[in-house]
Amino acid sequence: MAGKVVLLDFWPSLFGMRVRIALAEKGIKYESKEEDLSNKSPLLLEMNPIIKQIPVLIHNGKPVCESLIIVQYIDEVWNDKPPLLPSDPYQRAQARFWADFVDKKVYVASRKIWRPKGKEQEAGKKEFLETLKTMEGELGDKPYFGGETFGYVDLSLIPFYSWFYAYKVLDNINIEAECPKIIAWAKRCMQKEAVAKTFHDPKKVLEFVAQTRKKYVSRNH
Amino acid sequence: MGEVKVIGASLSSFCCRIEWALKLKGVEYEYIKEDLRNKSPILLQYNPVHKKIPVLVHNGKPVAESLVILEYIDETWQENPLLPKDPLEKSTARFWARFVDEKCIVSAWDACRAEEHEKERAVESAQESLGMIDKLIEGKKFFGGETIGFLDLVVGSLPNWLKFLEELGGIKLVDAEKFPSFHEWSKKFVEIPIIKEKIPMPDDLINYFTTSGLAKTIRGSALANNK
Repeated sequence: MAGKVVLLDFWPSLFGMRVRIALAEKGIKYESKEEDLSNKSPLLLEMNPIIKQIPVLIHNGKPVCESLIIVQYIDEVWNDKPPLLPSDPYQRAQARFWADFVDKKVYVASRKIWRPKGKEQEAGKKEFLETLKTMEGELGDKPYFGGETFGYVDLSLIPFYSWFYAYKVLDNINIEAECPKIIAWAKRCMQKEAVAKTFHDPKKVLEFVAQTRKKYVSRNH
Repeated sequence: MGEVKVIGASLSSFCCRIEWALKLKGVEYEYIKEDLRNKSPILLQYNPVHKKIPVLVHNGKPVAESLVILEYIDETWQENPLLPKDPLEKSTARFWARFVDEKCIVSAWDACRAEEHEKERAVESAQESLGMIDKLIEGKKFFGGETIGFLDLVVGSLPNWLKFLEELGGIKLVDAEKFPSFHEWSKKFVEIPIIKEKIPMPDDLINYFTTSGLAKTIRGSALANNK
């Protein structure tokens, strides 16, 4: 299971972060290649010709695409390290369901905040908070979504925490007030080295989000 | 291996995947038919988050989302495996399953619903995605190899749904000339007995959409103008 591991990535990407956390949790050494998404490299276009997106994991020259698919691949190949997904098929199905919810609902709602200020954006903000409240309900009183240990669902959601400061400053979304359990859970996750070291300075993320959003809004609205 | 129920609807392209998987593995199950216009307390109890079908209930415990259910079935009942064992091949199957759901099906619906001035571009976009599936099956009997597997079940009812969407939207998405490998595969696939007995048929889909009045609600619908 050794062999060369390369990750095509982009530093603020929520999806790239999931893979970085998984690699760190398993103690896997890899080479990281930063992509300029406005000028995609020949390597990225060769390794992910269908979607042309990061993250892409290249293991012994063979690509794996889509963050959750990559994380499951890592878990299956490096199976001598503590597992990211539960071993029981039913628990595993629940973990996959909730990670899918993060993609289909939390992420999609978070993109609706990328609208000019007004009624539509307010509706997007409300929807985003509702998806986080649903996650809070699923978390319950557990320390992690995985139970006693950090796992697949935690990993799929925690990168969003890196954008919360930007949402507070730019959009006045107070997640701490609306979803205190999510914040408590996020701070618990941040105590793990594998998670903390993938996070950048919140001000740097804020600057990136502000700039990118301006460009997106002017292109689309 | 315990009591199995499937909550589903006969015209759903997602539900038939589940029934095919269970039949392939020789698993007996009880089918509970759901009326999506009047969702039952059972559905709301077993899938409170999405309130959608299909839901698999195994020994009273629910699993929702068709791709999640397929993997659960494959891990719980080991005969006739659906997914490859090799992690890289498995990842590839999972990638294409997502592609079918997020690109092929979505872009086909978009083409169906597109306004006149957007239709050509929307059809091109849908055909681009379908072209990738055609390329994927080129030279192969089934997506799973010699026997049907996970990706065959996922692509499954797409040919019939495409025929339906073509009629609904007054568009042409697929034909034997443009996508020969996909066409060959679909002819073989629908003749397999367990597939044939539970596959949404284009005429039934058209019938459902016109009699329920749903056709009229679809912008760009050719069927809406037919009485």
